[in-house]
Amino acid sequence: MTLSAQLGIVVGYLVLALLIGLSAYRLTDRTAADFYLASRTLGTVVLLFTTFATLLSAFTFFAGPNIAYHEGPEWILVMGLMDGIIFAILWYAIGYKQWLLGQQYDYVTLGEMLGDRFGSGLLRGLIAAVSLLWLFPYVMLQQVGAGTALETLTDGAIPYWAGAGLITAFMILYVVLAGMRGIAWTDTLQGAFMLVATWVAMLWLLTVVGGPTSATAALETEAAAHVALGSDHYTPQWMLSRALVIGFGVAMFPQVNQRFFAAGSRTVLKRSFALWPILCVLLFVPSFMIGAWAHGLDVTVPADGNVLPLVLTEFTPGWFAALVIAGAMAAMMSSSDSMLLSGSSYFTRDLYRPLAEFSERDVSERREDLIARVGVVVFATAAFLVSLVNPATLFELGDAAFSGFAQLALPVLAALYWRRTTRAGIGAGILLSQAFYLSSHFTTVVPGTYAGWSAGVVGMALGLAATVAVSLVTTPAAAERRALYFDRNETGAE
Amino acid sequence: MGSLELAGWITVGVVLCALAIPWFLWGNSTVVAGLPVWLWWHVGWMGLASVVFWYFARHAWGLGIGIDPGPNSSPGPDPEPKPEQKSKPKPADAELESERRGEPP
Repeated sequence: MTLSAQLGIVVGYLVLALLIGLSAYRLTDRTAADFYLASRTLGTVVLLFTTFATLLSAFTFFAGPNIAYHEGPEWILVMGLMDGIIFAILWYAIGYKQWLLGQQYDYVTLGEMLGDRFGSGLLRGLIAAVSLLWLFPYVMLQQVGAGTALETLTDGAIPYWAGAGLITAFMILYVVLAGMRGIAWTDTLQGAFMLVATWVAMLWLLTVVGGPTSATAALETEAAAHVALGSDHYTPQWMLSRALVIGFGVAMFPQVNQRFFAAGSRTVLKRSFALWPILCVLLFVPSFMIGAWAHGLDVTVPADGNVLPLVLTEFTPGWFAALVIAGAMAAMMSSSDSMLLSGSSYFTRDLYRPLAEFSERDVSERREDLIARVGVVVFATAAFLVSLVNPATLFELGDAAFSGFAQLALPVLAALYWRRTTRAGIGAGILLSQAFYLSSHFTTVVPGTYAGWSAGVVGMALGLAATVAVSLVTTPAAAERRALYFDRNETGAE
Repeated sequence: MGSLELAGWITVGVVLCALAIPWFLWGNSTVVAGLPVWLWWHVGWMGLASVVFWYFARHAWGLGIGIDPGPNSSPGPDPEPKPEQKSKPKPADAELESERRGEPP
């Protein structure tokens, strides 16, 4: 397969995504709610796939199969538990309540929603700042993934910087033009494409090697421990830590959290909720089993190489490998484009606008719209430039971001469901858990594991404890509006 | 619907989480139809979770949320209008519209 044909497939795919973005552009009106939330009108298929495609990233196609290759396919269980069940429950507990509040009070970001309830611009800014801190490395991770994928596919003919740059440029183009609606539409295409591509890839591989029975038999001969549940790597604490941290982290990721505001109706939320576990199984089983089986099929993977492209190159024709790589890039783009948009909305609404209003400058709709788009360009370009100098491994970066976001989840849940939560309480919970997790990650003073449990989980518990304890010993500030989150009938005394 | 119902559903949720990974098959390496038996359990469990979620969405949706969603969660009069809030019309109509389109009665 020639280089130009491979490139043709990849570029053709990018152009298709761009065209879809452009057709969505014709429907946009120039308001922030439309740019960020498609005017809260997303239907079931689009919401489901856009959230799904957003969740999945370079990880599903590269780091995940790599782990399955090196350690066995137990990752499927962790992913199923975190994304299929824990996240689905949070979809209801956090998502539905957020959606109701968003409908009622026009919230666009999490910080806005909490800042309003607790009467605190500072809290609003804090949540935005913490979110952007973790979002940035994760966007970078996607670019690293895209650049590496293209480099592997073309045997180095497209260097890393050119591949990552190409993807970044395309994303900027359609995010800036079409906003949430364009993203949701392209995500739907990308999500469907990923599902189909993964299944075809698995079936193709199995046809070549003689079915799942012989593939698993080969794996058993090569590494019997991979077929048995559990190992030194997959301990119960490790699996549960991952599932909890990533499951809760996902719900606080700006691009996922913001989708809670974008649903068109309650029915849309209900249907997506019920379909969630099935969708997870449909994607994770084939993509991670390919990685696991590769171990028994004598596919040699260099220490920092990715399994999936290597397996495909060995067992399927070049055009098909190129198609799946395009699918993987779809996964990365559909995560990054949403992250760019959400990152930009957190910045403009929760940091820039309050500051501008504070300095008594008027921020018109049109100006906010412009700043949002400029924010997308700056954010994407900066992440790309940093990714050029800091290609740390995907997993480390991604894991840090998920755990970082997970620290926000329990204080937010407390705020949503526990009446006595005070401004000081939620502030203390967020600050303490972030400080703890950051120190565990970047210093040696705070250990990274506690009897097998990760610092991410311990930090979450600390954050909840701090929120509750400080709320109990403080009284609500005068500007707090608890009634916003609770039925007035039940809180008649307030 | 009382706190008993809520407690019941919370229990269901915890059980769904607890057994998504078949701990009782720890160390088991039986292969059935080309896949480890623990993976089949997981696939079946996720299917079950989907059915349970579907049942919950149909019969208990709104439980424990703590705010009255209203007939179509139309905003109604806002008792405490936010000072910075723009007086944009609420998307209640859009919601009604998509509910109508989305679900046959």
